[in-house]
Amino acid sequence: MNTNATNRIVGSPVPRKEGMDKLLGRARYVDDIEREGMWHGATVRSSIPRGLIRSVGFDHRIDWTEFTIVTAADIPGNNTIQLIVADQPCLADGMVNHCDEAILLLAHPDKHKLRAAVNAVRVEYEALPPVFTIEESERQNTIVWGADNLLKSFLLEKGDVDSAWARAANIVEGEYRTGAQEHLYIENNGVIAEWSAENGVTVWGSLQCPFYVHRSLLAVFDLPEDKVRVIQTETGGAFGGKEDYPSTLAAHAALLAMKSGHPIKMIYDRMEDLAATTKRHPSRIRHRTALDKDGKLLAMDIDLATDGGAYSTLSSTVLSRATLHSPGPYVCANVRVRSHSWATNTVPYGAFRGFGAPQAIFAIERHMDEIAAAIGLDPIELRRRNFLHDGDTTATEQVMREPVILDKLLVRALRESDYYARRAQFSRDNAGSTIKRGMGIAAFYHGSGFTGSGERYLNSLAGVDVTPEGRVRVLVSSTEFGQGTNTVLTQVAAEAIGIDYADVVMAPPDTGVVPNSGPTVASRTTMVVGRLIERACLQLVGLLQKSAGLNEHYSREEFFAACERHRATRGEVVSLCRYEAPPGIFWDDQKYRGEAYPAFAWSIQVAQVAVDTVTCCAEVEEFWSVQEVGRVINPVLAGGQIEGGIAQGIGYALYEKVLLQNGHMINNQMTNYIMPTAEDVPPIHVFFEEIPFQHGGYGAKGIGELPHDGPAPAILNAIKDATGVSLHAIPLLPEDLFAELAAHERLVEAPLP
Amino acid sequence: MSTRWPIVHFTVNGQSCAVQAPPMKRLLDVLREDLRLTGTKEGCGEGECGSCSVRMNGELVNSCLIPVLQAEGAHIQTVEGLATDSELHPLQRAFLACGGAQCGICTPGMLMAAAQLLECNPHPSLAEIREGLAGNLCRCTGFIRIFESVIAAAADSTTPVSGQTAHAR
Repeated sequence: MNTNATNRIVGSPVPRKEGMDKLLGRARYVDDIEREGMWHGATVRSSIPRGLIRSVGFDHRIDWTEFTIVTAADIPGNNTIQLIVADQPCLADGMVNHCDEAILLLAHPDKHKLRAAVNAVRVEYEALPPVFTIEESERQNTIVWGADNLLKSFLLEKGDVDSAWARAANIVEGEYRTGAQEHLYIENNGVIAEWSAENGVTVWGSLQCPFYVHRSLLAVFDLPEDKVRVIQTETGGAFGGKEDYPSTLAAHAALLAMKSGHPIKMIYDRMEDLAATTKRHPSRIRHRTALDKDGKLLAMDIDLATDGGAYSTLSSTVLSRATLHSPGPYVCANVRVRSHSWATNTVPYGAFRGFGAPQAIFAIERHMDEIAAAIGLDPIELRRRNFLHDGDTTATEQVMREPVILDKLLVRALRESDYYARRAQFSRDNAGSTIKRGMGIAAFYHGSGFTGSGERYLNSLAGVDVTPEGRVRVLVSSTEFGQGTNTVLTQVAAEAIGIDYADVVMAPPDTGVVPNSGPTVASRTTMVVGRLIERACLQLVGLLQKSAGLNEHYSREEFFAACERHRATRGEVVSLCRYEAPPGIFWDDQKYRGEAYPAFAWSIQVAQVAVDTVTCCAEVEEFWSVQEVGRVINPVLAGGQIEGGIAQGIGYALYEKVLLQNGHMINNQMTNYIMPTAEDVPPIHVFFEEIPFQHGGYGAKGIGELPHDGPAPAILNAIKDATGVSLHAIPLLPEDLFAELAAHERLVEAPLP
Repeated sequence: MSTRWPIVHFTVNGQSCAVQAPPMKRLLDVLREDLRLTGTKEGCGEGECGSCSVRMNGELVNSCLIPVLQAEGAHIQTVEGLATDSELHPLQRAFLACGGAQCGICTPGMLMAAAQLLECNPHPSLAEIREGLAGNLCRCTGFIRIFESVIAAAADSTTPVSGQTAHAR
């Protein structure tokens, strides 16, 4: 592997590959595409959280002969969305388990006629008792899923927790809660589907994982693999929100296409997207921690529960990542994590940047500050005494073989933020002011790639080919949705072959064209798929040196000339590589033990917060993020990932609240689901320490999810520093902070005008 | 479309247009559907996200909130009208260089808001940039590199730049 300083393209801020199209307004998102004879689709949804469907009626004032109507009875294959457990119907059949569940589909040539038609379908229900909270679900008085409401559980055990309490100098307990969070990609979910007897189903859509959609459509339509084709269109943000949901939407549009005989466009408006699609799992996490007299962790007993919603979707894997991140980046000989994901009658919770880690890290990093306060130790010092180092083992007994530089990251974060000087200044100034300022920190890792054996099961295939026009094409199903897949993978290919960045393009993200390089999730693309591209390119060069007379040293022109000689004898110029696990990586699914991730990215974040004790508004004034993500392939894109993740994390902590009423999201508009704006984000200072990871593409590890993990605990720790009030739940909107400050008598009355 | 709808006349990116459409049809839909100018995006349909921002008679508007009859006689500029045949707008150059665009869906509206800002205030402070872009939501960037892009464009537009063309890669 080549990680020396002479790389020409890797590590340089080349412009975004598809950037020009986006800046000129000519990038084609799904709603920008028209097909000949296209109709529009819409969805009739459940208005109750749980019940039996007794009848479906159609208002006589609508001429239904103009419409195509699809119900579960029209599904030629299985009425299930294929993910991990096939429990979620494509269309409700006799029963609904959450508000806004799809029951019936309509299509019409004029999209403006659909809204009235949707409202003119009358569904009669026999209501059944719903369950809305983790507590109601775990009580199991009302069973809404399976035999016991339990979507998934894990038990992670290391050492002997129970015998540690007697030896403890201190025991600290705490309970922490996180709310749902909406992805709020600016482009709503949307697809276009076509069907023909000859070609089967073709779908264009805004999506992350073409082969997930492909697999699900195979089952719904009972078709062979070559009769389903999925093509990703330019995608306007995803963040996990287009990981599994497009499988459902694609099936809906394709069913309408099959029955109507027309291409069908289905684009959700914002209200429908917010009400009907996935969100981040709410959580309740309890910590009980034993410490010795020096403030070292003796035992961690963690009880972790998530609300999974009405169907299992990705809850098991989200729970797994939450479990594996719940002990934080600390050494502890005795750890027990009991984790459960519970079914409720809400829209299924799904993938969202961080995938369980932000919940787990909120709890442990808030808890570390609570421990520090309880035992009278500086929160920085408490963390320092317990950090993981090279050679230590994690809770799953994974040995840290790669360098762990938390101490170095911490020193840099403290220096860059001038942490101690600012804290000292604030503690002097706060006494005389209604504005209280404070500093807070969070330390964390994020496991790169799929959890446990996941990457082995994925068995990804990726590579490159060379077109007769003299372009190297990257062949992956890994998609671009803003995070930089196109740019980073073409940089890797150009670097490995030794050609120009402009010589490399992306093959279309079309399941009919590219191999399955796995889903575009889990901070895996640059590290795992990038490595496959690097290997495939080096393999291609080796092949050309053997078969087409390419010299050891060659120019760009000589490379493409050799490609043409190879093509003349072999017909095509292509090189594919399959995933190989790094040596020594083993995960035991049964014992839930072993190498949980092939690599970890590490970060320390610091927040400076001002709390107005009159208005109860908490504002992040400045933010620092220091991280080690392996090699940085493109510094501009990497910085953008960190800043964007932090802004989302600030929203998670202070702005974004999903309000459910009877299981239906009632603030399903951008007017009342509030995300940080240009006036809300603070200055964000980003610093990378680079340690190339030898099994990642040009030394890269995962980056995309990491920055979302830390802002919430750092901010709430800063609010505690500012006000002295311990807060245990997010989101923390002004009304929530009002209640907390009032309870602790920290409110200041507004001066009379 | 029924012939009873009135014809609305306006210019888009300097070109005269006559569109026969229901008078309450959103300008956004007229641009995207009737004129096939799909660079302008819909994010929320209620004037919150700014993805559909266009400039109309020198003002920044949410085209999802403008009935087309209100555009009678108006001069409208969309993202498609920012670059000339031979040269990118300084903002487009800057967004490309500074990482101001990620997924790109807010970018057309963001560019129009930034263009409006720079025309009214060629050298805005950071606080003025934040205020000028506060009606345009971006979920990817955290805005930081968008601010940097606007600052770079403000500096760029005062110095002649050898043209990076719209067709360059």
